[in-house]
Amino acid sequence: MNIHEYQAKQIFQKYGVPTPRGIVANTPDDAVKAAQELGGSIWVVKAQIHAGGRGLGGGVKLAKSTDEVKELAGEILGMTLVTHQTGPEGKLVQKVYIEEGADIKDELYLGVVLDRAKEMPVIMASTEGGMDIETVAEKTPEKIIKVAVDPAVGFQGFHGRELVFGLGITDKAEQRKFIEFANALYTVYMENDAEMIEINPLIKTGSGAFLALDGKMGFDDSALYRHPEIEEMRDISEEDPDEREASQYGLSYIALDGEIGCMVNGAGLAMGTMDTINYMGGTPANFLDVGGSANAETVAKGFEIILKNPNVKAIFVNIFGGIVRCDRIANGILEATKLVDVNVPVIVRLDGTNAAEAAEILKNANIDNVIAATDLGDGAKKAVEAAKGV
Amino acid sequence: MSILVNKDTKVIVQGFTGGEGTFHAEQCMAYGTKIVGGVTPNKGGQTHLGQPVFNTVKEAVASTGATVSMVFVPPAFVADAVMEAADAGIELAVIITEGAPVRDMQAAKAYATKHGMMTIGPNCPGIITADECKIGIMPGNIFKKGNVGLISKSGTLTYEGANQVCNEGYGITTAVGIGGDPIIGLSYKQLLAMFEADPETEAIVMIGEIGGDLEIQAAAFIKENITKPVVAFIAGQTAPAGKRMGHAGAIISGSAGTAKEKMDALEAAGVKVVVSPAEIGKAVKEVLSK
Repeated sequence: MNIHEYQAKQIFQKYGVPTPRGIVANTPDDAVKAAQELGGSIWVVKAQIHAGGRGLGGGVKLAKSTDEVKELAGEILGMTLVTHQTGPEGKLVQKVYIEEGADIKDELYLGVVLDRAKEMPVIMASTEGGMDIETVAEKTPEKIIKVAVDPAVGFQGFHGRELVFGLGITDKAEQRKFIEFANALYTVYMENDAEMIEINPLIKTGSGAFLALDGKMGFDDSALYRHPEIEEMRDISEEDPDEREASQYGLSYIALDGEIGCMVNGAGLAMGTMDTINYMGGTPANFLDVGGSANAETVAKGFEIILKNPNVKAIFVNIFGGIVRCDRIANGILEATKLVDVNVPVIVRLDGTNAAEAAEILKNANIDNVIAATDLGDGAKKAVEAAKGV
Repeated sequence: MSILVNKDTKVIVQGFTGGEGTFHAEQCMAYGTKIVGGVTPNKGGQTHLGQPVFNTVKEAVASTGATVSMVFVPPAFVADAVMEAADAGIELAVIITEGAPVRDMQAAKAYATKHGMMTIGPNCPGIITADECKIGIMPGNIFKKGNVGLISKSGTLTYEGANQVCNEGYGITTAVGIGGDPIIGLSYKQLLAMFEADPETEAIVMIGEIGGDLEIQAAAFIKENITKPVVAFIAGQTAPAGKRMGHAGAIISGSAGTAKEKMDALEAAGVKVVVSPAEIGKAVKEVLSK
């Protein structure tokens, strides 16, 4: 689960990670009130969406008067912001964050993620703040300092020293401030079961203070049960409605831009099925994992969600029954065809536990547009042919 | 021969009396696995599925001599259960539970390693030595005895791969589902080394996914250390960047961990890489009939 910048900054403040002062607003009038409450003479109006690259997309603007705050908030609220992370369809802006202007001297980068190889959180820092960190990692990896912290002992002095010397921070007061900053951010990461935290840019002001000018946080979904206050920050409007509906039925769904709908059990086999369709010359319309407890209702729901996509020309049901029994899936498909108007060919491959019974059920039902397949390759081939109208 | 588990392996079940634990323990016993007892706090002294229930893993180990634990406890208690097993001297914990917090698994894995306990999983189908011992949730009947070792991040692709190998007239020595979470126990490298050392295993099937770099590490390891033929498939060639595909591990961002990168590395290490899982069986036949 991801949260907005303003929410990440609320969490930062709770742990003593310094940020500029700011207030979130839903209307241009609220934006003006926020600016008045913050005081000063320069404000930044920032679109709140779950995607990076907001500045380049026109979602972050500087205002030098409250009139300008109102005008810019009016422009940004309700706009569909397109950035390199939103996809071409963009994201609707429903909230703006009004923040006091900051005196930027240097722009740095600071993040915390899990290093899977070391099996520890790693703090990443770079002098290349404001840049896309993946580009920095690719082109100038030496400009990223990585410090792995063993949670068994926590953030130590040497971690801090490696960071500040690596970044070339020489002033002792600044060194101390930066180390405190990094230590606090590590605590934010650990105590909230974050999956990743990214501050880009982290700025040094003219007076040598460090501030999180941006804040991005993602959380480990499996740990949300112990963080109800974070769960409350969930913004449903940021999530794909079809993906969300699917998840309520225990289905994991992701829309793609091809023509063959897929319904598969298991994430690996679901990806493998997409790959096989591609290999056979077709294009997958979605990823859909029905999970381990598929039944008639979930299968019907799966069909419904797949068929919402007007590009779908055929559906490939590929189930390798382990614990999931194939006869149940076969009955689920029959039920589904009663509940949902399935108007495209459905290629069915059921293998594993009770596959023979399942084949018998489908054969006896004798539904026009259900085509049986013997194995994965055969099914993918038939699905590609069906989609092409062969 | 086989790796890690065989017909003599004594297994206890943590979360023995729960719904999942009961169902799968029963299936494992029917397959022939020596389930010698289980652990459920406050149910010590009872008998479940004809086997003794203990309050603690320590008691279970002392009384039964079990060396392997199959973990079915709910996600919030997995780390605790794994650490208890390690502390009690269990040699291998097979963690089936899905949805354990990453931070918990990080701590549990570090603790297990310190205490010399191996782990498999979490969020995995488990391990099976064909016709001898099944510790997990896979359908036992598709794993016919043979000479191919199998390692997979994905559950259903484990079944798909094993099924194809068997349909080609070959069979499985041991199959291990390592899981696709960010923190996992035994990985390709260690298991490849075990299969290399196992006289009965003549070829190895390795099934990976997008995300992380375990397959890249495996490729480097294969190049230096593995003489037996390896067949590999990497799921997710058609997955869009930045989207999570079910497993926490199956996410790619930028250039790190793409299917292509992994396939290229494996191919360069002399591995027979297939572009579709439908080709696994044929590829095994090809490498074994050389």
